[in-house]
Amino acid sequence: MKLAIVGAGVVGASTLELAGKYGHEVVAIADSGSAAVDPDGLDPAPVLARKNDEGTVGEAAPDAALDADYDVLVEATPTTLGDAEPGFSHVRHALERDRHVVLANKGPVAERYGDLRALERDSAGEVLFEATVGGAIPALSTIRDVGADHVTAVRGVLNGTANFVLSRMAAEGLDYEHVLAEAQDLGVAEADPSFDVQGTDAALKCVILANVLYDDEYTLADADVSGIEDLPGSALELAAEDGRTVRLIGEVADGEVRVGPRLVPEHGTLAVTGTRNIVQLDTEHAGRLNVSGRGAGGPETASAVLADVGRLSRR
Amino acid sequence: MYERGDRVVSEAVHAYTVRLELVDEPGELLRTLEPIAENGGNLLSIFHERGNLTPRGHIPVEVDVEATPERFDDIVAALRDAGVNVVRAGEERYSEEVTVVLTGHLVDTDLSDTLQRVQQCGQASVADVSLSAPKGTGDVSSARLRLVAEQGGAEAALGAIREVATEKDLRVIEPLPGGEA
Repeated sequence: MKLAIVGAGVVGASTLELAGKYGHEVVAIADSGSAAVDPDGLDPAPVLARKNDEGTVGEAAPDAALDADYDVLVEATPTTLGDAEPGFSHVRHALERDRHVVLANKGPVAERYGDLRALERDSAGEVLFEATVGGAIPALSTIRDVGADHVTAVRGVLNGTANFVLSRMAAEGLDYEHVLAEAQDLGVAEADPSFDVQGTDAALKCVILANVLYDDEYTLADADVSGIEDLPGSALELAAEDGRTVRLIGEVADGEVRVGPRLVPEHGTLAVTGTRNIVQLDTEHAGRLNVSGRGAGGPETASAVLADVGRLSRR
Repeated sequence: MYERGDRVVSEAVHAYTVRLELVDEPGELLRTLEPIAENGGNLLSIFHERGNLTPRGHIPVEVDVEATPERFDDIVAALRDAGVNVVRAGEERYSEEVTVVLTGHLVDTDLSDTLQRVQQCGQASVADVSLSAPKGTGDVSSARLRLVAEQGGAEAALGAIREVATEKDLRVIEPLPGGEA
């Protein structure tokens, strides 16, 4: 498949780098200010070096990537809320040209699922978004395989930053501020960690899960969200005395979407540590399924993007 | 309530059902009930099945008692010492148990009132409370509450907790239903 990648952050760059290993070629990549286009396929190394040195990927204007001759548009720009722009327009552009779209950007699937599905219906192209939930974890494709109608509930740890903070606080008896600063030093948490620690990121993933499970138009506004910001260490200490710990858990069940700190058994399945994520599915006939792994990271998320590209190529 | 370091632990009263087997003799029932009152138990009800006999020819009696867990152990021991055959003890009437952790300005917002409001929902009892206030009671603290409830009561009690917590700006860390395995 010929890919055009919009967004040259960690996920876009990793997708460019790894596409060849999965049998695909990248004919265009764009960041917010520039694009590189080559109908015969881009050589990743010089593009990535230029991005690193000069902050741009090429000489062309960003729109050149959207207009390139590709089979699949990979949308990997940062997630935005509300109208989910500019990601949503990129998706629209590709679908109107009857091209497939693979999203790593959560915005269009979490905030405008109805609009997205409507555009897809009028297009010969298809939209896949495995990378938007749980990074490398095949959460959505597992739901698709089991059948959304046979999944009765989904819960899990869907934010690595929050999980890192909680597991370090519990293990070391350190307070929130201390662990957060450490996470920022390690690059696990961003300079502004609010998206992660306030539960927004996990909630977007749960909203996406709800849209897939119920084939409905949930948005962030439909989720009941609380985060782990400023959680006192004493809460983890009291939980530990009782053989439990605290995790930021997202739940989709009975039509409700909830994200918040929850008590879970200290050594239970859901008490994953560090930046690990886990998705737990309750199914009608197959019991409980647990899928865990790395929920973020360039190559990890790119592998989920390329898995979607592989699915499209086999159709 | 008694204090242990920076912790306050209260041992609340539970309801227990005790099944006894009595020999069919005058005064036997009264003799049986004495150790309950003597050990601080509160007798709630007695179900005396006079017409029924156990396979061993005894009369089954079901007694509901309220006591703290520690006193209840004493009651059972005293009954056995008195030669009463205790068939089943310690099975609580409460079929649901739920643990939550609350954080925030628990002391400044009147923890006893918070607990009372949970009890007042009428669906659950606060079985025990552990408070941790490492930075002093004027700062943010945490409390672990164990609630016991009859079938369906735990959800109502959680609802009451959420309501009080919203009002007092406390954070509730709820257990995860269904996610225990």
